Amino acid sequence: MNERYSRQERFQPIGKKGQAGIRDAHILIVGAGALGAANAEMLVRAGVGRLTMIDRDYVEISNLHRQHLYSESDAIAKLPKTIAAEKRLKEINSEVIVESVVMDVNGQNIEEHVSGKTIIIDAVDNLETRLIVNDAATKHNIPFIVGACVSSYGLGFPMIPGNGPCLHCLIDHLPAQSETCDTVGVIGPIVQMVAAHQVTASLKFITGKSLPPILHSMDIWKNERAEIHVGMLKNPSCSSCGTDPVFPYLSLENQTKAEVLCGRNTVQIRAGAQRIFQLEDMGKRLAELSCEEIVQNQYLLSCRYDGYRIVLFKDGRALVHGTNDLYKARAVFQRITG
Amino acid sequence: MNVRLNGKSISLPAEIDTVAELIRHYELENRIVIVEIDKNIIEKTLYAETELKEGSEIEMIHFVGGG
Ligand SMILES: [Zn+2]
Repeated sequence: MNERYSRQERFQPIGKKGQAGIRDAHILIVGAGALGAANAEMLVRAGVGRLTMIDRDYVEISNLHRQHLYSESDAIAKLPKTIAAEKRLKEINSEVIVESVVMDVNGQNIEEHVSGKTIIIDAVDNLETRLIVNDAATKHNIPFIVGACVSSYGLGFPMIPGNGPCLHCLIDHLPAQSETCDTVGVIGPIVQMVAAHQVTASLKFITGKSLPPILHSMDIWKNERAEIHVGMLKNPSCSSCGTDPVFPYLSLENQTKAEVLCGRNTVQIRAGAQRIFQLEDMGKRLAELSCEEIVQNQYLLSCRYDGYRIVLFKDGRALVHGTNDLYKARAVFQRITG
Repeated sequence: MNVRLNGKSISLPAEIDTVAELIRHYELENRIVIVEIDKNIIEKTLYAETELKEGSEIEMIHFVGGG
């Protein structure tokens, strides 16, 4: 018998049978930032059979205080996160099949990566992508273990299709803006705490334990925690998980769309899901993000950020001047709007 | 008024006596928030009219984007 997992198998709720289930599991982690790295390391050490990670970003030096899989050399080489993760994870456990996908998740490309997975782990950095993955998970009937964190605060929710509300039931609209790690920062311990809950939920699901629909949050700095049983928030007519689902976030109309404005070195972005910007709140946020040359009138907000000139319109549109690269423009847009 | 919020006893300023005011007090009015008082989830449309009571057990969870 494999000595490697002996202490985990001795843990009675897992046992040898549970360990076999863990070995048979194929887990998808969407996002290879802080939560992605923490989940991946724990799952690979626990002996999952296969792990697939998707991410669009590369390693930067400002990631290293909380993204434990990565090193200075990865940041210097600007390695894509999933590539750096795969290299490190294979060093940790050569028995696990690790697959990395460098990709910007959207409603058109997520489904092929979701199908056939045992569990999907949420490690994305914005609500819109989270709702895209939620739609794919409900459509393909795969558990989606939600986790998110900023500052010293984090939350978790096991979304099990057919067993309570989906994430769309809980989030009925996309807020005009939300806190991100770029605005209010984040500390390493909350990442580990949220990921610990996600991995525990995954191990419980794999070993056949039930996961009630409990939304929980914690603030590791203030030492606060909250739990709400959200079963009653299941919306029978939810467009993602109700009786007649249309999976809105998998369709183009609800997604942030980007197009190059030819000859202008500019990308226009239109926020999905009828998002509108409260320009006053957004102005404060831009100041927090150290944007420069902020100009605001009743119709739009303009600023300079990270070498780009960005103009945000009240109707949820933005122009990113200084690039023809859709990927870069989207990334800047999401960083600014959360 | 004294209530328990997310497991901690706190004392709220006198003018904070509805769910809507509590959310504003914590600057969560532009966020997605789920509020439970004494084990009942409060519907969003009722935030302004739902009054807090001395000793209420409040659980309040807001969504964030990061990860
Ligand atoms: Zn739903």
